[in-house]
Amino acid sequence: MFVSYKWLQEYVDLSGVTPAELAEKITKSGIEVEGVEVLNEGIKGVVVGHVLEREQHPNADKLNKCLVDTGADEPVQIICGAPNVDKGQKVAVATVGAVLPGNFKIKRAKLRGEESNGMICSLQELGIESKLIAKEYSEGIYVFPNDTEVGQDALEQLNRDDQILELGLTPNRSDCLSMLGVAYEVAAILGREVKIPEPQADTSSEKASDYIEVQVEAKEDNPLYVAKVVKNVEIGPSPVWMQARLMAAGIRPHNNVVDITNYILLEYGQPLHAFDYDRLESKQILVRKARDGEVIVTLDDAKRELTSDHLLITNGAEPIALAGVMGGANSEVQSDTKNVLIESAYFKGATVRKASKDHGLRSEASARFEKGVDPNRVRAAAERAVQLLAQYAGGEVLEGSVEADALQVEPAVVSVTLEKINRVLGTELSMKEVEDIFARLQFETNTDNDTITVTVPTRRGDITIEEDLIEEVGRLFGYDNLASTLPVGSSTPGHLTEYQNKRRMVRRYLEGAGLYQAVTYSLTNEAKATQYALEERKPVQLAMPMSEDRSLLRLSIVPQLLEVLKYNSARQNDSLAVYETGAVFLSNNGEEDLPEEREHLAGAVTGLWHSHPWQGEKKPVDFYAVKGILEGLFDKLGLSDKAEFHQAQKDGMHPGRTAEVLLSGESVGFVGQIHPTVEKELDLKETYAFELSLKAILEEEVSPLQYEAIPRFPSITRDIALVVDKGTAAGELKGIIKEAGGKLLKDVHVFDLYEGERMEPGKKSIAFSLKYFDPERTLTDEDVTKAHDKVLDAVKEKAGAVLRG
Amino acid sequence: MQERLKELQTEALEKISTAADLKELNDIRVSYLGKKGPITEVLKGMGKLSAEERPKMGALANEVRDSIAAGIEEKQKHLEEAAVQEKLSAEKIDVTLPGRPVKSGNHHPLTRIIEEIEDLFIGMGYTVAEGPEVEKDYYNFEALNLPKGHPARDMQDSFYITEEILLRTHTSPVQARTMEKHEGKGPVKIICPGKVYRRDNDDATHSHQFMQIEGLVVDENIRMTDLKGTLEVFAKKMFGDDREIRLRPSFFPFTEPSVEMDISCKICGGKGCSVCKGTGWIEILGAGMVHPNVLEMAGFDSKKYTGFAFGMGPERIAMLKYGVDDIRHFYTNDVRFLKQFSIHE
Repeated sequence: MFVSYKWLQEYVDLSGVTPAELAEKITKSGIEVEGVEVLNEGIKGVVVGHVLEREQHPNADKLNKCLVDTGADEPVQIICGAPNVDKGQKVAVATVGAVLPGNFKIKRAKLRGEESNGMICSLQELGIESKLIAKEYSEGIYVFPNDTEVGQDALEQLNRDDQILELGLTPNRSDCLSMLGVAYEVAAILGREVKIPEPQADTSSEKASDYIEVQVEAKEDNPLYVAKVVKNVEIGPSPVWMQARLMAAGIRPHNNVVDITNYILLEYGQPLHAFDYDRLESKQILVRKARDGEVIVTLDDAKRELTSDHLLITNGAEPIALAGVMGGANSEVQSDTKNVLIESAYFKGATVRKASKDHGLRSEASARFEKGVDPNRVRAAAERAVQLLAQYAGGEVLEGSVEADALQVEPAVVSVTLEKINRVLGTELSMKEVEDIFARLQFETNTDNDTITVTVPTRRGDITIEEDLIEEVGRLFGYDNLASTLPVGSSTPGHLTEYQNKRRMVRRYLEGAGLYQAVTYSLTNEAKATQYALEERKPVQLAMPMSEDRSLLRLSIVPQLLEVLKYNSARQNDSLAVYETGAVFLSNNGEEDLPEEREHLAGAVTGLWHSHPWQGEKKPVDFYAVKGILEGLFDKLGLSDKAEFHQAQKDGMHPGRTAEVLLSGESVGFVGQIHPTVEKELDLKETYAFELSLKAILEEEVSPLQYEAIPRFPSITRDIALVVDKGTAAGELKGIIKEAGGKLLKDVHVFDLYEGERMEPGKKSIAFSLKYFDPERTLTDEDVTKAHDKVLDAVKEKAGAVLRG
Repeated sequence: MQERLKELQTEALEKISTAADLKELNDIRVSYLGKKGPITEVLKGMGKLSAEERPKMGALANEVRDSIAAGIEEKQKHLEEAAVQEKLSAEKIDVTLPGRPVKSGNHHPLTRIIEEIEDLFIGMGYTVAEGPEVEKDYYNFEALNLPKGHPARDMQDSFYITEEILLRTHTSPVQARTMEKHEGKGPVKIICPGKVYRRDNDDATHSHQFMQIEGLVVDENIRMTDLKGTLEVFAKKMFGDDREIRLRPSFFPFTEPSVEMDISCKICGGKGCSVCKGTGWIEILGAGMVHPNVLEMAGFDSKKYTGFAFGMGPERIAMLKYGVDDIRHFYTNDVRFLKQFSIHE
C-alpha cells in the first residue's frame, strides 16, 4: 500500500511529524514502511505554461515551434517534439535552468536552427512511470485543465509536492489497505484524533429502487450487495488531484467514473464496480454461481470459461461481471455512458481468491476482497462514491440504494486480564495505561476489576483472541520499551546428543583428512536419484515438480558429489576431495507413511591425492588412500574390529576396485573407483568415492573406553612371506593368521606385496609382520615358535600358503 | 738427548699445526708417538744415562710426549669442528621453498554458522532437536495454526508428495513434534536446524532448498522480555557487541504477538546505506510468543504455559556476516568458495 503523506493529512493532523519520522513510528509499532518516496525529488524549475502559438518547425517534420507564456515578462520560444502539443494548452514547462530527474539540466539550445528556451514536459519526464499515465497523455505531453494558472509550480499543480510511504503489509493487517485504515493506525500511534468523512449527496426525487432490483442467490458468497444509481453523468477526466493520488498509489487514471471507484477503493478499502446502467439491458442484478462451462468476456476482452466455483453478477440472464475480480465488457462504462450503477458489495474472500487464481487476475480489488473488507464500510463507500460522482461527474444521484442483505456482523468482544498482559509481555503496565492504548485505537473497552473487555471494530478483523489484544498493547507500548531478560525457572542442561556429537567428530575427522564439506540438493532427476543407492527402493517423487531435474528425492549422495567434482574440474580444479552428510529418502509402500529418512555419509576424491611438485612428489588418489580414510574413521569410532571390506560389484563402479563395507557383518555401504566410463562421461580423472549409512555407523554399539596397561615386557616380532594364489585376498590370510595365532598374537599387518617376474605364474607373495606379546611375562623363543607354527600350519591348510624361500 | 727431545717436540708441533686433515694428523700421531717413533728411539738410549739424569730425562720425555699428544688432540678437535662446519654449510637449504602440504578440508559455511548458533544456545541450556525433511501436512501446517485453506499455505509454495505429505517448508514442524513428545510438560528448550524446501526458482536471493534454524522455549512464565533478552544475546554473539537490536511488530500464524528482529547496520553504523537500504537496520529473523492454538494442539495448557519461538536463515546470516552476494554459492560447492571458510575466527 502506497500512502500519500498529504492525503493522510486530511484524516489525521500530522503537524510536527515529518514523513521520515512518521515512517519510523509506523514501522516500530506495527507496519513496516519499506520506503519513503519523495515525488518531486531532483526536479526544479518546472512551471505551468500557456502555449500561445504553435507552428510546424521549418526544418523538421516532427517538431513544433511554440511560443509559450511561462509567467515571465516575455513569452519564450520552445521547440517541442510531442505530437499532441497545441495552441491554447496549459502545459508543464521546464524553464531554462530547470532540473529534471536523473540530474537532467535544461539549457538554452538550438534545435535544427531554431532557438528553444526550455522544454514542454511529459509526465514521464517528470518522473512518473509510463504504466501509470492516462492513455491520452502516455504518448505525449501532459495538458492541464484550462483554468490552471500560468507561472505556478507545475509539480504542485500535479500534487507531486508529496511523499509516499510504502507500507509492507503482513496478511493480518489488511485493514491498512485503505487510507481510512492507515488513518486509524497513525492516529493511534500519534495519539491524535482521526477525522472520517461523512459522505452525503443531494438526491433527486427519483428512487433507485424504480430503476433496479437486486437479488442474490449465492448468499454465502455474497452476503451484502448494495446498488446505487447515478443518472446523467458526464464522462471526462477526473480532477487533477484525484488523478495524482491514484498515480501515487500505483493506479492509472481513466475517466472520472472509473477514477472515483478506484479512489474509494483506496480511501475505504472497499472495491466498487461501476456498470453502464443502459448497457445492462435489464432492470435486474442477479448474483449467482456460474454454471460449469459458462463464458464471460471481461473488460480486458478475454473470453473466460467458468466453473460453478465462480461467482457471477448477471443482469438476470447474461453475466456482466466476475464478482470481485473484473467487470464484463458488455456493461463497461464508456465515453458515452450516461447513467451509472454503482456496486458496493461484500464478497467472500475464498470465493474471490479462487476466481482470481483460476483466471490469473489479481487486482487491487480482488486483493482486498481476498483478505476481507470491512463489512461496515460497504454502504458508506457507496454513499461516498455517489457523492463524488455528483461533485466531479455532474451526476444526479437517485434516492436510496437497493440492497440484498443477509450479512450478520457482530463485532468481536474479547476479554483479557491485566495480569495476563503483564505476564506475557513481561511488563508492569497499569490498567489505566492499557485503557489508554485501546482508546487510542478507538476500541471500546469495559473494565471490571482486573479484566478489560474490548469491543473490536469490524475494520480490525484480525483481532479475535486475547493474545491479539496483548499484541496491540505491546506494539503501541513499544517493544523498544520492553526490558531484556532471560528465561528464569527450571534449568535445563544444554547438550548435543551422542549421535550429534559423533557426527560433528566425523565431519572434523574428514576435514582433517583433507575433504571439504559440501552441501548439495536433495531433489534430483530420475537417473541420479537411484544411482549408487545402497538399497534398491523406489525414490520419493514430487507430485508437481518445478523441473525434471528436481523431481525426485535422492537415494544416495555420491551422484551429487560427482556433480560437484565435475563442476570444479571444469574450472581448473581437477584434484579435489569432498564429503557430505545428509539425508537420503527411501519410499514406503503406504501412501500415508512418511518415507524413511536415513542419514548418509558420502565422499568423492579425484585427481592428485598428494602433490609436492618441487620435491618431485605427485601421487594420484587410489583405492587405498580412500580406504585408509575410512579405516581411520572406524578407528576413531572404536569400530575397527567390526569393520570389514569385501570385494564387490556395483553398478557404476570399477568391477575390480570396489569393496562393500560391512559392520558386524551387515553391509553399510561401499567404497571404490568410479567406473572409467562414468569418469569419462563426467570428464573426471581417476575418481574414488564412498557412501555409507552414517546412521548405521553412529548407532553401532561401542564398548566404553577402558584403560589398558602399558606393556612392561618386550614383544617378539616374526616376519613371514607367504606364497599364495593371485586370487587369495590379504584380508582372508590375515583372518586365518589372527585366528590361529591365539592369545599371544597381538598384531598382524601386511608389510610387503610381491607379484613380479620372480614369482611362479598365478602366484604372489604377501609378507606379514606378526607381533607376539604376553602382558604377564617375557616371552621365550619357544613360546613364540609354538604359536607361530600353528599359524604356518593354518595358512598352509586353509589357503595353500607356502613360506617363501 | 735433551736437545733431541726438544727438537722433536718443536718439529712435531710444527707439523701438527700445519696438518690439513684428520688423516694427516693421525699419521703424525703414529710417527711421533708410535712404538717405532723417534721419542721411543730416544728413550731407548736412556740406559746410557746416569742414575740422576735418568729420571729427569724420563720426565722430560713424558713432557714432550704429552705436549705432542695435547697438540694432536687440540688440533683434532679443531679439525673435527671444521669438518662439522663444512658439512653443515654444505647442508644449507632454502627455507623459503614451500613446505610439504598437510591436507585439510573445512566446514561448509552453513555448517559453520549453524554450529556456532547451536553452541551458543547449548550454552544457554538448549538441546538440538531434529526431525524429518519430508513431513506430514499436519506438522508442517495444521499444528502450527495454519489450517487447510489458509492463504499462507498455498500449494504453489510447497513441494507436495501426496496431499498429506510434503517437503517441510520450515523447521517449525520439529517444534510441534518436540512439544507433542513433552506431553504438556515444560520446560521445552530446543534449537532446530535443518534443510527446508520451497517452490522458488533459484536465483541470487532465492533457493528451492535452504537451511533454517529455529528456537523454542516453552515453560511457565515465559515472557516477551525473555525473547528480547535472548535475541539480544544471540545478536551480539553473532554480529558483535556493538550491535543494537530492535523488535518490530510482524505477523506469523504460529506466534502472537509476532515480531521481526533487526540489527543495526554494521556498514553505516545506523546512519543508512545501500546494504540496509537507507534504514540503518537489517532484518535478521522472525519471532514471537507461541500462539495459544499451537500450544494447545501440542497438548500444552495455554493458560499455564507460555513460550517464545524464533527462526532464521543461516544463508542470510552467512551472507551478511561474510558478505556473500549470491545464495547459489552455498549449493554449487565451488572449492574456491568453500576454501574461504577454513579460517578459525
